[in-house]
Amino acid sequence: MISFSYTIWILIIPFLTFVLLGLAGHKLKPRLSGLLGTGCLAIITILSFITAYFYFFRSEQIGGAYQKISAISITWLPLTDKLHIDIGVLLDPISVMMLVVISIVSLMVHIYSLGYMKGERGFERFFAFLSLFTFSMLGLVVATNIFQMYIFWELVGVSSYILIGFYYQKPSAVRASKKAFIVTRFADLGFLIGILILSFNTGTIDFITLTDPNGPAIAQGSGISFMGLSVMTWSMIFVYMGGVGKSAMFPFHIWLPDAMEGPTPVSALIHAATMVVAGVYLVARMFPIYVFSAPVALEVVAYVGAFSSLFAAIIACTQTDIKRVLAYSTMSQIGYMMLALGVSGYGGHEGLGFMASMFHLSTHAMFKALLFLCAGAIIHAVHSNYMTDMGGLRKHLPITHLTFLIACLTIAGIPPMSGFFSKDEILTAALHHNKFLFAVEYAVAGLTAFYMFRLYFNIFWGNEIHYHHTPHEAPSTMTIPLIVLAACSAFAGLIPFSRLVTSDGIPFDSEIEWAVAIPSVLIGLAGIGVAFIMYCKKTEIPDKLAATFKYTYKWAYNKFYIDEIYLFITKKIIFRYISEPVAWFDRHIVDGTMNAIASVTRIVSFRIRGFQSGQLQKYAFVFVTGAVLLVLIFIYLWQ
Amino acid sequence: MNTGIPLQYFLILATMMFFVGVYGFLTRRNLITILMSVELILNSVNINLLAFNRYLYPNKLEGLFFSLFVITVAAAEAAVAIAIIINIYRRFMTINVEDVNEMKY
Repeated sequence: MISFSYTIWILIIPFLTFVLLGLAGHKLKPRLSGLLGTGCLAIITILSFITAYFYFFRSEQIGGAYQKISAISITWLPLTDKLHIDIGVLLDPISVMMLVVISIVSLMVHIYSLGYMKGERGFERFFAFLSLFTFSMLGLVVATNIFQMYIFWELVGVSSYILIGFYYQKPSAVRASKKAFIVTRFADLGFLIGILILSFNTGTIDFITLTDPNGPAIAQGSGISFMGLSVMTWSMIFVYMGGVGKSAMFPFHIWLPDAMEGPTPVSALIHAATMVVAGVYLVARMFPIYVFSAPVALEVVAYVGAFSSLFAAIIACTQTDIKRVLAYSTMSQIGYMMLALGVSGYGGHEGLGFMASMFHLSTHAMFKALLFLCAGAIIHAVHSNYMTDMGGLRKHLPITHLTFLIACLTIAGIPPMSGFFSKDEILTAALHHNKFLFAVEYAVAGLTAFYMFRLYFNIFWGNEIHYHHTPHEAPSTMTIPLIVLAACSAFAGLIPFSRLVTSDGIPFDSEIEWAVAIPSVLIGLAGIGVAFIMYCKKTEIPDKLAATFKYTYKWAYNKFYIDEIYLFITKKIIFRYISEPVAWFDRHIVDGTMNAIASVTRIVSFRIRGFQSGQLQKYAFVFVTGAVLLVLIFIYLWQ
Repeated sequence: MNTGIPLQYFLILATMMFFVGVYGFLTRRNLITILMSVELILNSVNINLLAFNRYLYPNKLEGLFFSLFVITVAAAEAAVAIAIIINIYRRFMTINVEDVNEMKY
């Protein structure tokens, strides 16, 4: 048995870095604090790799399955003998995988930020909060119980809020950060309710007990039912609501595009690679419960995922802000992962969807972080977020161009890039489970290829635009992470994922199903082809198409008016018909009662304060009279 | 041990002195006079003590000692009180108790 107790340092180091940079950062030289943050991340990355190596290749396996190892567990709040909240580290295939993914992406983003954020005000503040985020995200994935997960879940929410609002002097950034926080917080309310229902019904919050397929927790839940669904189903739907908020699934997706107001490295780290997949991770973490006692909730997961991926892909085709295109693309890809979980079964080949989802999660983290970092390099060179201000950049930014192309090919699912493998697994799993969902995802695969290459051709090809100053390639601190991530996204598909991460821990062999793979590659190529015809040279086709489908285009361009619907619901309905009466009641009835009590007290006290005259002899008179009265009482009435 | 004067006479005298003192304490406005009234009250209590000692426990001396003790304390108290009065006079340039009314609402 190998001891994994050193894994606690994976949490402690970034936290200490955060405290150090947060408290003493302004005293250090900016460059030093940046290097300090990056150095700590490098240590964590090494530790994660060591952990992964020992976990996957050296640790004991019982019955050929990877065990869930509670590496360290400290009782934090002993509520009762049975129910206690622990803080600890849980190692199982998905958490170890997440450790590696998060630490690689985070390290790359740290290195990139050294160049990207150079000379910005609050450089050390930026690194401090990046460390805080890394700490909370790592704490989330290694959580031993659902409550620890919830705590770190909120912490990543806070760090996301802080980092979106990093440019706090920009009103739009402040608005976006508030929006992100409130929307996800609202969704987290569902998560909390789900946790409470779940822990009430199962009597435990510990993941190992909860997710044991033969354990008591899963057997218990199906008994009681409420409104036609079992209580476990309800709790899982509520828990999933938290995941929907964090992962920006429909209908809680509205914060993600606005979150792009934050610095680009933040978008790459938090809003593409790590935090937004926390919802997927949550479902994966609770997966046995979903499969065995809440299959309806799993259907919900699948349909929400499928709908979000289609919805976001359509919007992404019409946006012109490159970061927003990428944001919608993220939403679409996370929809894929959710769908894959939703169509998965448990154990062996049945669990193909689970494996595919985790596989896509890690490849997506690589290529989407890469896309965002490339976008950062482009914005750095052009000083604009809009595609219309770009064109013909391939000559000016050769490295960015090449890495961006690799990322686009990866997300389009062209072999031998990693995206091809993971997407193929997802489509296979969907095909075996539900033909309709398969059709949706198949269409989305085409759309994905189309909008990514629309972006690519618009930025790097198209008409040469006259720039105020010639765009130049980013410094090496920014290009090295691009190259590393490009290598990861190109070759990560070769990892035999089904031998490492599976729903029940038992490795199985999966091979590419050519009946799915060939059509999916073809539709990807078709998407690229359409994008090539429309955008490689400046043509009239896009405008004509937009004019033909005027209303559809306008609808999609305005993101299907979801933001407006939210505003309508909140301002016109909730504010007017609920908040205003409540405010009136509060102001006039609740406050009125208090004010009445206060003013009565005031009037009475004004009347009686004359007693306190300061005249010594009046006091003495009262005292003597009282004494005499007491004496009389004692003499005549005391029996 | 009958001396001819009944105990009631002492008690009546002490009560009269006591109420004269209380009356003076409540009505006089001059601090010195108030102090004198307080002395009257104390002395009426002394008379009570001695009279009861004499008539109820003629063989004991506790009452006598106690009244001596009261006289001592009264002397000390008078010294302190006069010191306070002098300070009040310095502060307010008056010893009229009605003008010393800072401690009010």
